[in-house]
Amino acid sequence: MKVGILSGKGGTGKTTVSASLAAVVPSCQYIDCDVEEPNGAIFLKPELKEKSPVKVLVPEIDMTKCNFCGLCAKACQFNAIAVVKDKVLVFPEICHHCGACKIACPNDAILEVERTIGVVEANEDGTFLQGKLDVGEPISIPIINELKKHIKEDRFVILDCPPGASCAVVNSIEGCDYCVLIAEPTPFGLHDIKIAVQLVKNMGIPFGVVLNKASNDNRSIHHFCQSEGIEILMAIPFSKEIAEGYSKGILPVEINDLWNEKFKKLYEKIEGGAHK
Amino acid sequence: MKQIVFISGKGGTGKSTLVSSLSLLVQNKMLADCDVEAPNLHILLQGEILKKRDFFGAKEAVIDSSACIKCGLCRKTCRFDAISEEFEIKPMKCEGCGACTLVCPQNAIKLEEVKTGETYVSNTSRGTFSHAFLDIGAEGSGRLVTEVRKNVNAYKKDEEWLLIDGSPGIGCVVIASITGTDAVVVVSEPTKSGQSDLERVLGVAKHFGVPAFVCINKYNLNLKVTSEIEEYCENNGYPVIGKIPFEPSIVKALQEFKTPIEAGNKVITNEIKNLWARLVDEVENLKKA
Repeated sequence: MKVGILSGKGGTGKTTVSASLAAVVPSCQYIDCDVEEPNGAIFLKPELKEKSPVKVLVPEIDMTKCNFCGLCAKACQFNAIAVVKDKVLVFPEICHHCGACKIACPNDAILEVERTIGVVEANEDGTFLQGKLDVGEPISIPIINELKKHIKEDRFVILDCPPGASCAVVNSIEGCDYCVLIAEPTPFGLHDIKIAVQLVKNMGIPFGVVLNKASNDNRSIHHFCQSEGIEILMAIPFSKEIAEGYSKGILPVEINDLWNEKFKKLYEKIEGGAHK
Repeated sequence: MKQIVFISGKGGTGKSTLVSSLSLLVQNKMLADCDVEAPNLHILLQGEILKKRDFFGAKEAVIDSSACIKCGLCRKTCRFDAISEEFEIKPMKCEGCGACTLVCPQNAIKLEEVKTGETYVSNTSRGTFSHAFLDIGAEGSGRLVTEVRKNVNAYKKDEEWLLIDGSPGIGCVVIASITGTDAVVVVSEPTKSGQSDLERVLGVAKHFGVPAFVCINKYNLNLKVTSEIEEYCENNGYPVIGKIPFEPSIVKALQEFKTPIEAGNKVITNEIKNLWARLVDEVENLKKA
């Protein structure tokens, strides 16, 4: 079964929850889909053995065949090609690798060449995977798609998602059997969890909420979940011990056995929630 | 107008709290929220809406089923698996590239513009404020950011500063937020994750040639990592312009929609004032150099 961990707002504890689950669920698979800023490896400390570049196809112009008609630039919806007088400018970073320019060219003057935009890394048995977008590259989706090709369908698969609520998150959680939404009880956290809830509802994926940095001063997430009929799977109180552990790359489950038990219970609830 | 954008790499390090605090201290400025996927600044900056527009930032293929002869060329061409076996477009998958429209022998496919969000310009007590909401799950967040910045240009008068609240990450949204700005301030935190993310996002600023400065928020949570970050910044030529301590009272104030400034926290107010004074100096020096 595949579980997506997301939040809308950044820094609410997606990686803490994802990596803690990965630490307590036997023979599961952890995939870090936050390819802009992957952090799971800091906590799970895998031995990364496999590294494969993620390549996309971008156009290259054969100047011996090009007659500067400009049809390629007209076809490109992303302004990645410009034709000016006797020059063709290609902007490979903003190319969406669709091949429309090649189709549009009447002179067969466009070739497609491979271009590396990042890397997928894995441990020996493929139970830990992470993607990394190269610095300076804007488009992360091909790396997320590549990661998802390595999903082990017979395992409990944890997909640690990027923040936000755009196409990168949609691609990460697509096909998931269940989602866990991490919320923190602040005005910002409440605003952003509503966005995440709407996203998983639109996609028709069953979900529950984990409340992180919970305090008695603010029950806004409780009230929201209650009024929407959303199950709160677990509450992690604000704790200096957990925050200090996090700062050093140590998970709550490594701090004491109590958290080990709690995350095992969370795992059971997720299993139950997906089969409802 | 000098444009300063606050980013962080990692989420939740305190960008919006810092920008909203500065919005009370800095005079003669405009404000923008470029975190269009999970915008938060508007929660603290209520004002009168001057302009609201739907934004059409993407395209989507539409198949005219009466003209379609189900030849399958479009499905073969589409690299995004966006056309079903029944020759229907899967909206979540369609990239809007138009490759299918070019191969259809019946001219049965058209690209149509799709609404991807809404942009707002508001008049607030702290300055004119440009922001946007990306439709949930939509594409084209980078284009929406560019639109937010265009709105700034359309509404600017003679403000001296523009303070931009950025988004986490290093991809298209961040790139669209920082290109052409005068300086980036990376709001970091002393955690192993924050440290790793800081180094990557500083790489993006460098890649696009934007001068970058660093603020370490909650610096007293882990003094060892704080000094590691300081050492990294020192060795790589990124000035650390502020170190803000963690205090539980800040979290409490935010619960009541108050910045540390409004909550009257003197230590933190002074720290943020010093950060801004230092940044103004640094930006002046850049101009001279």
